[in-house]
Formats: sequence, C-alpha cells, structure tokens
Amino acid sequence: MNASRTLATARRVLRQLGHDPRTIALLLLVPILLLVLLYYVFDADRRAFDSIGASLLGIFPLVTMFLVTSIATLRERTSGTLERLLSMPLGKGDLIVGYALAFGLLAVVQAALATGVAIWFLDLDIAGSPWLLLLVALLDALLGTALGLFVSAFAASEFQVVQFMPAMIFPQILLCGLFAPRGSMQPVLEGISNVLPMSYAVDGMTEVLHHSEATGDFVRDIGVVAGSALLVLALGAATLRRRTA
Amino acid sequence: MNKPPPQPPPDPAEPTGPGPDPAVHARGLTVVRGTRRVLDALSFDVAPGTVTGLLGPSGSGKSTLIRAIVGTQAKVTGTLDVLGSPAGSAGLRSRVGYVTQAPSVYGDLSARQNLDYYAAVLGIPRSRRAAAVTQALTDVDLTSHADDLAGNLSGGQASRVSLAVALLGAPELLVLDEPTVGLDPVLRRDLWDLFHRLAAHGTTLLISSHVMDEADRCAHLLLVRDGTLLAADTPRALREQTGSDTVEEAFLALVDAARAAEDSTP
Repeated sequence: MNASRTLATARRVLRQLGHDPRTIALLLLVPILLLVLLYYVFDADRRAFDSIGASLLGIFPLVTMFLVTSIATLRERTSGTLERLLSMPLGKGDLIVGYALAFGLLAVVQAALATGVAIWFLDLDIAGSPWLLLLVALLDALLGTALGLFVSAFAASEFQVVQFMPAMIFPQILLCGLFAPRGSMQPVLEGISNVLPMSYAVDGMTEVLHHSEATGDFVRDIGVVAGSALLVLALGAATLRRRTA
Repeated sequence: MNKPPPQPPPDPAEPTGPGPDPAVHARGLTVVRGTRRVLDALSFDVAPGTVTGLLGPSGSGKSTLIRAIVGTQAKVTGTLDVLGSPAGSAGLRSRVGYVTQAPSVYGDLSARQNLDYYAAVLGIPRSRRAAAVTQALTDVDLTSHADDLAGNLSGGQASRVSLAVALLGAPELLVLDEPTVGLDPVLRRDLWDLFHRLAAHGTTLLISSHVMDEADRCAHLLLVRDGTLLAADTPRALREQTGSDTVEEAFLALVDAARAAEDSTP
C-alpha cells in the first residue's frame, strides 16, 4: 500500500466520472426522486414513510455503489487496464482503497443530499442525529463498493454483472426487515436475515429513527456493516490476480 | 524457482556469442493453458540495447510469450529471467514497459489524464510527472490530441496512447505486442525510428508482429510457430541459411521444413 498511488487511483476514478455528468446526475437525483415518490405513496400514513424512508436511506447507497463499482471494475478487467496496472508497481490494496475512496466520496454527497431532502423537505421524523444516518449511509456505500468489486470477478460481461444485482441485492432487500419485521419471518429466513449485512444497515437506520442517542445496538449494527465491508473488500482483493491464464 | 540451472540443457536454438548479460533469458520455457501447451520448451536470449522481433502467425503463442515475460501469465515453467531477475518479480514492475495488443487505456479519460495516472502508479514524482507525460506524448506524436478523450480517438491514436504509457519512466525493457497494427505507413516508419532511437540509448525492445516486412527493421528475430521456436537469429542469417530473399520467404521455408520433419516422425 502506498498513499500516493491510492490517492492517484481515487483521483483517476473521479476524473472518469467527471467526464460522465449524466451518470453523476442519475446517481445524485434518482434517490431523491424516489424518496419524493415514496412520500406521496404514503400520503395518508406519514409514520410508515418515516420508517421506510429511513431504511431506504440505507439501501440506496448500497445498491447504487454496488452497480457502479461492479461495472467499473468489470470494465477494468475486460479492457486490459487491470492487467496493465497489475504489471506495474500498483498494490492490490491501492486499487481497492482508491475505488473505495472515490465511490465513498460520491456516496457521501449522494447520502447527504438524500438525507437533507428527506429531513428538511419531506419532514422525515427521526429521533437521532442526521450525522448518524449519514455514517450508516457511508458504511452501506462501502459495503456496496466491496460487493460490486467482488462479484465483478465472477462476471464475464456487463449482461452478467447486472444480473448479480437481483441475485445478491434483492434477497437482502426482501429479508432486511423493510417489508416485514425480521422476527416475524419463517425461522429459517430469519436466520438467513441475521447473517446478511443489509439487515444490520437497516437496523442501524431504525435505531437512529427511534433513539436520540447512539445506542449499543446501533454501535453493533454499524460494526457488523463495517466488518462485512472490510471482509468483502479483502475477498475482492483476492480476486485480483497478477498472473492469469 | 526460476533460477537458471548450473548446466543449461543443450538446445538447437541456443544463440551464439556471449556478450553482456541478456535482457531476457529463457531456457525450457513452457506455458500450459488447460491441457494445451501454448509454449513448448522455448530457449532464447534477448540481447540488451537491441530491437528484437518476435514473429509468427496469429495464434502461434506470441502474446503468451510476451505475457510470460512481463509476469502476467499463469502456469509458466522453466527458466525465464528478465533483467537478471525471475520474470514477474516485484522489482521489475517499474523497469519493464508493456503494451498489450488492444490499447489498455481508459476511454473516459483524456490521453494526458491517462498518462498522468499511469505515471503516478509508476512512482514518477509529482514534480517530474507533467514533463514525463509531455515527453511521452511527443514521442508518439500525439501532443495535438493530448486533451481528447481516449475513447474518441481513432484506433491508431488510441494504441499510441497505450504505447506512450509504456514509455513513461524510461523502462529498461519495452515489450510491445503488435504496436504497429492498423497504423499508416508514415506513422509506422516514425514509430520504428523511435524504437531504434530508444535502442540506441540502451533500451531493449521486444516487438511482436505478424507483419513480416517489419522483420528487417529488427537486429534479431525470434520466429515462433505453434508454440515452438523455429529460429532465433539475425534477419540476414535467416535469409542466408534458407537461401531466401526476404524474411517472409525464410519463414515459410522454415515452416515447410518443420512440417516435413513432423510428417516424417509422426
């Protein structure tokens, strides 16, 4: 690992995005528009909007960063730039942390906009600090980046890589407690939901929704999300091989 | 594990003449992909400060050999030393420049931004980076397109951006996989002039091509067919040995001879 190579990688990824303003606009605006949509869907039930809205603030960054990273790293693998970089003195950690920094920064902006709109314009009623919401959103984004990096190793084309989104992300959304409390699920599913990281992301958001202080449960939840992100990042690093057939 | 054995096995392709330490030293180099031997017991040396051509038809194993030399090929056995260290050693990563067949640059960055990033990865200090990038762009004659997105450049221009990346940091060994494919004759001549200038300053170049008329621009040739080394010699010696006028004819004569040998010993 080398700080200047890591930062150069992060700057390069941001520069690539800088040439693609439409992607940036979509990344930043779509979550806000979906929250507005949700606000009017729950026109008659603002309590439901509070709980689902807070959960979605945790899910958006994970999903978008998953998609962006999986496609960006797949392109890196198929265009030959990854092979070239790995024939140069670039550490695998430099590449991965570089991506995580760049997309993490983007996720912070995305989450800040979405959280700000939810709280100040859509009257999302949370007991805790918006900063804690932002922290969970950032960790979710890192988890999404890590998962995207990891699955890109198992896809040979863009067609395949986008299919990992329903395969890896949708089950987590179904089981994270957004649609039904996790405790009310069939026990096997509840057990599965206990080992899926998005469940903890949503639990963390719910803790902020209901408690004014950072509770012990909250600390455990964000610990699980952060730990999962680091674990998957390490797995992702293992998929980067300097020598390939 | 890639240390040379004390007594290298005798090999018909053993190049003659001692001279300085070779830039690339291969003995019994074999690469297996799946169940197929893509390269079969290759032995050759590449002399430092020369332009060596790696010639052979498509699918003969040229790219695999190049990837083995730069250390990105898996399942390499035998001896393969590059600049005195086993191929793929960490210390070689900034001393060997590598250009893949397809331009490996970021299409959504400008030529200059591509070079700037790769220069940072190569560890060129920030203060010297801009000058190194400009020099590389000048070498490949792309200064007028420096700020165009690589994805918007023509095929030949994009492959020159890729070549410019390999020139960054003045590597001691440049390994180029078909760098002149799809370039017009003027540009091809200019690039070969550049390659000879680099060699004159001590850089070793290994350049693959399936265009035989480029062979005469090389000081030394490696002729590869079906993963085996047909010949390793100077263009002139190859022509004389086969009684041909051109390297292309010499190559065809060698291929025919190899086929005949295969047919007689099934």
